Formats: sequence, structure tokens, C-alpha cells
Amino acid sequence: MDLATFLVQCLNAVQYGLLLFLVASGLTLIFGIMGVINLAHGSFYMLGAYLAFALAPWFGDWFVTRLVAGVALAAIFGYLLEWAFFSFLYERDHLQQVLLTYALILVFEELRSILVGNDVHGVPAPSWLGGGFRLGSLMEYPWYRVFASAACLVVALALYAVVQKTRLGMMIRAGASNRDMVRGLGVDIRRLYRIVFAGGVALAALAGMIAAPLSSVYPNMGASVLIICFVVVVIGGIGSITGALIASLLVGFVDTFGKVFFAEWSGVGIYLLMAIVLIWRPEGLMKRGF
Amino acid sequence: MASDAVAGTAVVDSVADVGALPDIARREPGGWLVPAAAALVVAALPFFVSPYGQDLVLRIAVYAIFALSLELLVGATGLVSLGHAAFLGIGAYATVLGSGSDGASLAWLLPLAVAAAAAYAVVVGALSLRTRGVYFIMVTLAFAQMAYFVVHDTKAAGGSDGIFLYAKPTLAIGSTTLVDLGNRAALYYAVLVALAFTYAFIAMLLASRFGHALAGIRVNEQRMRAAGFATTPYKLAAFVVAGALAGLAGFLLAVKDGAVNPELLSWHESGAVLLMLIFGGIGSLRGAVLGAVTFTLLKELFQSEALLGPLAPHWQLTLGLTIIAFVAALPRGLIGIGAQLRALARERAARAARNAA
Repeated sequence: MDLATFLVQCLNAVQYGLLLFLVASGLTLIFGIMGVINLAHGSFYMLGAYLAFALAPWFGDWFVTRLVAGVALAAIFGYLLEWAFFSFLYERDHLQQVLLTYALILVFEELRSILVGNDVHGVPAPSWLGGGFRLGSLMEYPWYRVFASAACLVVALALYAVVQKTRLGMMIRAGASNRDMVRGLGVDIRRLYRIVFAGGVALAALAGMIAAPLSSVYPNMGASVLIICFVVVVIGGIGSITGALIASLLVGFVDTFGKVFFAEWSGVGIYLLMAIVLIWRPEGLMKRGF
Repeated sequence: MASDAVAGTAVVDSVADVGALPDIARREPGGWLVPAAAALVVAALPFFVSPYGQDLVLRIAVYAIFALSLELLVGATGLVSLGHAAFLGIGAYATVLGSGSDGASLAWLLPLAVAAAAAYAVVVGALSLRTRGVYFIMVTLAFAQMAYFVVHDTKAAGGSDGIFLYAKPTLAIGSTTLVDLGNRAALYYAVLVALAFTYAFIAMLLASRFGHALAGIRVNEQRMRAAGFATTPYKLAAFVVAGALAGLAGFLLAVKDGAVNPELLSWHESGAVLLMLIFGGIGSLRGAVLGAVTFTLLKELFQSEALLGPLAPHWQLTLGLTIIAFVAALPRGLIGIGAQLRALARERAARAARNAA
């Protein structure tokens, strides 16, 4: 492997890892604060990808506007879904949460098949992000992937700023470490839940929208992302955003380089990583410290 | 054995604490009569039912074994595993890979399938039991997905198409064939015997000291540890036994279908078997069997073009909505309907008494 190939793979790993982080951070926040295990979180990623597909003809090259519109729609959807469905899950045990959100996946997948069908669809990247830059003598790295990494990084930094520096973030951190105390201090916990849930849905949908031109959109695309995000959350530590970031990048590197070196067995890599972390630190790399 | 005596009372105490919860170790009404009668009815079915019906009964019976094996974890020990399909799939793949093209003897193929599933359960159990609660759910799911990728991506396991079982296993002494699972009737009764064995085995396990320890762990693990029980070996043992029995179900499924494919290990299967438990009612062996019956029949109904017409292709939607309604309305499952109604009636009577006073 020459240097240029190595660099390209590194860039791919970072880009994949950052994309995973957007989905996993919502998942870990929703679990950390509301105590709900949400199997349907991958469906929000799929929702984003299909939104990118559906909105593409309307916005053309106004790519950033398309992203903003899609994220806004997803956040509204998340807000309503929390009100109509997830707010009934908080008092139920994990097993019932698993089954109810599992049923939700079936419903979402079938609605997707009724509305859009079961074909694989490509989503065009904006023309102003076409082409790429040269790396070494043979390689070209597409600008769209650079944009994807940069966009995810910006969102990750914004998320960090919101959680660490704002009043809302303070309530989120407090809610994750002691829910009852926050309620006791007079914070409207149900509104907080609704905001966090809508935020998690928006993050996952944004990841789906950014990924759509790279991976195209296809049935059941949410499920595979969901399970990888579970691995990320287990490695990072539940409720920890920093942990989710470190774990996402680790998983991105292990998966990307696993595919280069061990083609047939590459699917195993990230699970071995998880096994090692479980032996070394069963509670994840970052135990409850944002 | 002083510590044992103390531990024993602690178990009894903690079980008494939750008198209102369904307890799997408690005798169910009718004792052994109900399952025995049901087994007799099923044994008589081939004389009345079409081959299609027999195949459906076989599928239900195999899934009932699978559901019973998970009941040992979820209902008895309180461990919610979302990766149980891995053990079913490994049992099935071991059967097909071990059999080769000429067929194999039941005498070693069945133990091979069960041992393969149990071996993976030892590894997964040892790692995932280091976590608890929602972590445990995610970790079991992740390790099942790893097994899925291995059979899906490697050529030796047939990739995404799966592999055929060319010759069904037989049991022969010398030149006389005692059991030939290629024979429809032999397979039917073999599955029935396996189901009866699994049911009786788990029932006896739960009635034993081991089963009481598991109940204690489910109700209050902290207390069990304080009482001197090393709880992890108990949980691991339950995990491995559950995995081995799922491997048995996988063996039967592979022989019944004559083929395996990666979807056997998919997380949809793991979710489906959990659903069977909650449909029937967690904390009851009869519930697990009843749930397997209900879930399989519901799926069959929703996929039936003849009964539902244009809705049939969208069976995931009807199934999903049914699950939501079911879990929301009947958290104790079908077997708990009686208890739920009685509680409701008691509440109503209490309210009437208050109003009268």
C-alpha cells in the first residue's frame, strides 16, 4: 500500500466515522436522558436519505438549502413522533421498548415501500461539488467526500458547543446524570425530552441526507447503520458524546482498513473491537462524562 | 453448607416479595396434564391434517423450541437477549456443513449442531454478561450480527444464497435404519419428541436449585450476591443452555427445510422470538409455546393473499401495528389475560366498595 492509497483510506475512515457519529450521538443522548432504547433510530437515517432523494428535484444545486429543509422536516417529524409514540415508552421496561420500536421499524419500512417502492435510487451530488483533488500521481479524492467530512465536523462542534455552553445543554447534561433531580428542580422534563428526541432525529436524518449521494438509497438501509451505532455506543459508553466521537472514529478506521486487508472477514472487525473494549472496560471508554 | 442454607432462604424471601409477578417456577393450573394433553392432540394431527397443515405444525413446533430456549433467559433469569437467532442459525449451519453431500448419522450430527451453538454461546455469554440492562441487549445483538456477517460474506458458508442439505440425517445400527428424518412422518414425530423434551427439561431445570437461583438473580441480583452466590456462573450456564437448545431448534429447522440461509441469523429472527415470548406471556413455559403458535399463525394470516387480498404484500405494516397494539394492551401476554381481568375486576369491586361507603 503506497502513501496515497493509505491517505485516501484514512480520509474515507474519518468520513465514515464522522457520519456514524451523527447517528450514534442522537442514539446515545436519547438513551442517556430518556432511558429509552430505540431500535427505530436507524429508520431516521433512512428517512433522511429518502428525504434527500425526494427533495433533490425541488432544490437542484441548492444543496445546503436542501439539507436545511430536510433537517427541519425531520425535526418536526421527531417532535410529533415523541408526542404521539415515544412519550408512552418511558414507563415501560426495556423489553417492551425493544419490541415496540421493533414494530415501528416494520411500519416505517412498509410505509417506505408503499410510498417510494423497493428500488435502489441514486441521489446526485451537487455539481459544484463534482470532481476531486489529486492525491499522488494516480488517486483522485472527490470533493463531495471532503464536504461530507467537513459538514459532519461542523455539526459535531456545534453539538459540543450546545451541550457544553448553553442553558439547554446544561439541562441535557443534568438530565443524563440525574433525571429525577432535574425534574425536582422544576425543569419541564417533558419539553426537554421532546427537544432532545427531535434533535436526535434531525442528526440521524442529516447523516442520511449527507450519505445519500455516496451510498444511494435502498430498502433496509437503516438497520445496518443502527447495529453499527449500537457498537459505537457500547464502545463509547452510554450517554457520552465524547465517547461516541472517539468510538465512531475507531469504528470508521477498523471497518475501512478491515475491508482493505481482510476482504472476506471484514464484517467481523468492529465486533472484535467491541469484544476487546468489553474485556478491558465493560462500561465503555467514557463512563458518563460528556 | 451454612452459606447454602442462608442463600436458600434469601431466594424464598425474594420470590415472596414479588408474589404478584408471574413466577415461572410456580406450578401452573392443571400441572402436567395440560401440556401432555396438548402433545397427544398434536401427535394425532397427521391423521387429520393436510401436508401443508403438517408443515405449519412442524414450523410452529420448531419455533416453540426456539422460544422456550429464550424463555430460560428472558423469563427465568431476566436477561433480555436480542441476539438469540445467532444460535439457531449456527445450529442450522453446523447441521448442513457437517452433513456433507452423502448425509450423516443423527448420532453425531445432532450433538455437533448443539455443541456448535453452545460453543458460540460460551464466548458471547462470557463477554456480554460483563454488561447489564440495555448494554446487554445491544451487545447480544451486535455479536449475533457478527455471526450473520460471517455466514453472509464467506464462501465456505454459501454467502447470501445459503446452502442446501443434500441428504437428511439417519440413525442406523449396522445395516438397519432406525430413524430416517427424510421420511415425513419420522421427522414430524422427531420434532414433537424434541419439543416435549425441551419443555420437560426446562421445567425440571426451573424446579431445581439451579432454577431457583436464576429466579433469585432475576428478582434481585444484588441480594443473591450478598447471600453468597457467585451469580455470573449461573447466568453464563443459563446462557449456554439456552444457546444449546436454540441450536437444537436450528438443527430441526435445517432438516425440515432442507436448506439454510443467512436470514436465519438476522436480527429480525431475534426480534421475532422475543415477540413470541411477549405474545404468549413472559414467565410461563406454556406462554412461550402459545406465543410461538400465535406469532406464526398471525404472520401466516397477514401474508395470506387469499384472506387479506391487497393487504397481504404489506404484511409488515399489519404485523407491526398488531405488535404495537398487542404490547400496549396485553403486556402480560395471552397467558396473563386471566390475571389481568381478575386484577381489573378486583379494582372495580374496590372502587364500588369505596363508593358505597
